[in-house]
Amino acid sequence: MEFAIQAEGLVKTFGSTRALDGVDLVARAGTVLGVLGPNGAGKTTTVRILATLLRPDAGRASVGGLDVVRDAGAVRAAIGLTGQYAAVDEMLTGTENLVMIGRLLGLPRRDAKSRAAQLLERFALTDAAGRAAGTYSGGMRRRLDLAASLVGRPSVLFLDEPTTGLDPHSRGELWDIVRGLVADGVTVLLTTQYLEEADQLADEIAVIDHGRVIAGGTPDQLKAQVGGQTLELRPARPAELGPVRTVLAAVSGHEPELSPTGVLSVPVRDDAVLPALVARLTEAGLVAGELALRRSSLDEVFLTLTGHREARPHDDADKTKVGV
Amino acid sequence: MATMTITSGTAPAKRRVGVLAGLEHTATLAWRNLVQIKHNPMELMDLSIQPVMFLLLFTYVFGGQMSGSTHAYLNFALAGIIVQNGLFATLSTAVGLNNDIQKGVFDRLRSLPIARSAPLAGRVAADLVKQLWSMLLMLGIGVALGFRPHSAVGVLGAAALMLVFALAMSWLSVLIGMLASSPEKVQMMAFVVMFPLTFSSSAFVSPSTMPGWMQAWVKVNPVTSLVDAMRALLDGGPLAASLTHTLLWAAALAAVFFPLALRAYQRRT
Repeated sequence: MEFAIQAEGLVKTFGSTRALDGVDLVARAGTVLGVLGPNGAGKTTTVRILATLLRPDAGRASVGGLDVVRDAGAVRAAIGLTGQYAAVDEMLTGTENLVMIGRLLGLPRRDAKSRAAQLLERFALTDAAGRAAGTYSGGMRRRLDLAASLVGRPSVLFLDEPTTGLDPHSRGELWDIVRGLVADGVTVLLTTQYLEEADQLADEIAVIDHGRVIAGGTPDQLKAQVGGQTLELRPARPAELGPVRTVLAAVSGHEPELSPTGVLSVPVRDDAVLPALVARLTEAGLVAGELALRRSSLDEVFLTLTGHREARPHDDADKTKVGV
Repeated sequence: MATMTITSGTAPAKRRVGVLAGLEHTATLAWRNLVQIKHNPMELMDLSIQPVMFLLLFTYVFGGQMSGSTHAYLNFALAGIIVQNGLFATLSTAVGLNNDIQKGVFDRLRSLPIARSAPLAGRVAADLVKQLWSMLLMLGIGVALGFRPHSAVGVLGAAALMLVFALAMSWLSVLIGMLASSPEKVQMMAFVVMFPLTFSSSAFVSPSTMPGWMQAWVKVNPVTSLVDAMRALLDGGPLAASLTHTLLWAAALAAVFFPLALRAYQRRT
């Protein structure tokens, strides 16, 4: 098995802040590694080290078998990078942006132009090819940025929060593009704050918090690791919320969480909890409007691992709940 | 974790960028900075309309009062107006670099297998071309308004001197661009430093009418020697002392700010 990306014990400090505190990562060639974590967890610093923009204080990393410090030049020739903010030149047209990158990569002018046209076509930007990128919508700009990182046909692609701030439609488009790239054999390292995104795209996930990888595995493994299932219960009569909550807590042994929509949820490991709960509710004369047992979402996994909730896409209000 | 070392037989251990390729990267990035103008009318304003506007305003508003005739004042002031415009223009290097850093363009360029110096050299080279364009435009309009240069060699010399001084100044600009937290701050700095610096010189009036303390400053202000040298080259007059001073100043500015700018740049690179 060949690792396209490999990092061991990466440490980086900025002043008194220890941004990375020994990060270990591996990504198999041709797969998507999702690096999941809250703001300030160290995701971007990790990407910047792997993309040769920063030197680690300690530890080592290789991309495509090449050391990111000693062979930085060769690593740069093998990678593509799309940063958090769309790093396209707003004063240049879509075509000019891509031709510039092609020329910098040593393509003759004619080849740089045809490669630009090809990528613009692929990312549905042909109609906007002659317009300055500053006039593009957020989604178009992000696609152009991604196209720019693909001019050199990289074998390893770093996507640092590629969908932050995009509307759901543009996000879906970007996901499809990433899937297409992986189908072509590209290895992708994708950082995200969005659990759904990691769940959708990643073959393996590394959860990072306070500069350390605190959990890793496939999305399914992670969900299983944290305790199987979640029981959700909505009282039929809102007035009975209190007593129902007490019963649920007693049966499951966990304090239930209450969602804004009035659903109580607890993690459960034991299958016997469900019949026991029904019996106890019936005994107390309480009625469950909705009752469901389901696999834990990555959201819950994240809560269990880090002790705080992560933001969901386009639900910024959630960010204020950090530390629940 | 299982440690695996992948030995790659094909990839060279180290990929240095050759000098020729480095020059090509620089040229491509200079092209990028010049082609931007096409899509940015504001920049065209800065480069063309603003210099011409200053030239017309100074000549026709102040000319009669200053020298008795607009024509006489144009001959005197053209060198000063060119210098003021040229010094302001050096700060566009800072604004441009800072913008690239803030917008993430700089990171994109640094993640490419190109010469490390190319983003910087490309920017400085493009700004010198812009500098030359503005200067030629002002000279051309000046001639159209009645300015008659002393000699063709003098004009070439003046253009070359302005570019040399601007290049020396551009390292200060690079340093500011690397250190400033936003392009807006760079612009503010440009205003509060460059405005008094260029006005408290021999650019627009003869220093002999100024109070003594001001004259003392004007005498040591490098802008004065640059303006005097440019004026001598364009309009005739004694050249040796002012030219020597200007070149010494340019060398001193470059000697101080080139290493500082490069260090700040390498920290980012």
